[in-house]
Amino acid sequence: MIACPECGSKLTIADDVVQNEIVECESCGVELEVTNLTPLQVELAPEEQEDWGE
Amino acid sequence: MNGTKLRLGLLFSRLRPEEKLLIRTARQHPEIELTLLNSRELILSPATKPELDLLLDREISQSRALCTLRLLQHSGVVCVNRYEVVRICGDKLFTSKALRDAGVPTPEVKIAFNPESARAAIEELGYPVVLKPVDGSWGRLMAKIENRTAAEAILEHKSHLSSYYHSIFYLQKYLEKPGRDIRAFVIGAEVVGATYRMADHWITNAAQGGRAARCPLTPQLEALCLQAARAVGGGALAIDLMETPEGYTVHEINCAMEFKESFKVLGAILPTRLIDYCIEQARSPATTPTATEVV
Repeated sequence: MIACPECGSKLTIADDVVQNEIVECESCGVELEVTNLTPLQVELAPEEQEDWGE
Repeated sequence: MNGTKLRLGLLFSRLRPEEKLLIRTARQHPEIELTLLNSRELILSPATKPELDLLLDREISQSRALCTLRLLQHSGVVCVNRYEVVRICGDKLFTSKALRDAGVPTPEVKIAFNPESARAAIEELGYPVVLKPVDGSWGRLMAKIENRTAAEAILEHKSHLSSYYHSIFYLQKYLEKPGRDIRAFVIGAEVVGATYRMADHWITNAAQGGRAARCPLTPQLEALCLQAARAVGGGALAIDLMETPEGYTVHEINCAMEFKESFKVLGAILPTRLIDYCIEQARSPATTPTATEVV
């Protein structure tokens, strides 16, 4: 079990999570990026840039 | 190619639910050997000879996508979508021009380069108008301008934003629509499905909270979507349409389609068909040059 780096809440991460996946903290809603699987580590996801889109 | 397997690179910088679905689908496909290409870690050069047959662009940064596609496509990698298509779809003005030239119904648009000429363009269009960034997405920094006072304030604010692109004023006639618009998914020569995007707000993007519901495909809707896709060079595209009293009108085409909300309605057909389309392109890449080739 790891904690959200923003609010400190315990994070629920799905078993099938993959490297670099974006996950959301259920408590504060911040977007996090999975930066390591073993051991599980997350960081704040990069902030949105002006040229982002679909 | 490695034996019969196609070496597919998936370009990304954020792995969202869509990419996760595509990765899972690709990894389960017997014809594919998948490599994940995180753009934040890529080092490319004009001499790059990637060990890939195929590139599926899922990059959310338009600038990074264009750089990578340009280099890899010109090094012989089959790209979905092609550089020329991404170049057009990433620019609302280029898209408007391509649609207009192809006879696809699309909202009236004007472009201006300073606040004074932009205000004159707005008054030619008539209030209300929608001001959009030419290269934006997700409903970001869009403004519905209802009167001259609002126009003057918004244009002044925009002209002081840091990026010059905010001083390219893309102005679109505001069209009344029934609290929803339509997103149709074109993959190659097929309209795979469509959803309504519903919202109480005039911006219906899923990124802004729009909800999805199944939209029935009609021959008229399918024909228009395929025509719109051809207008920008074809590929795997999400066509955004509005329903107006005069009929459908296409206002945007997205080349790195997001389908998190539509997946809940349409299901696995979207990632499955997208991966199948990539394979088809690698086995028999489209050779038809289009008007988009020169972009």
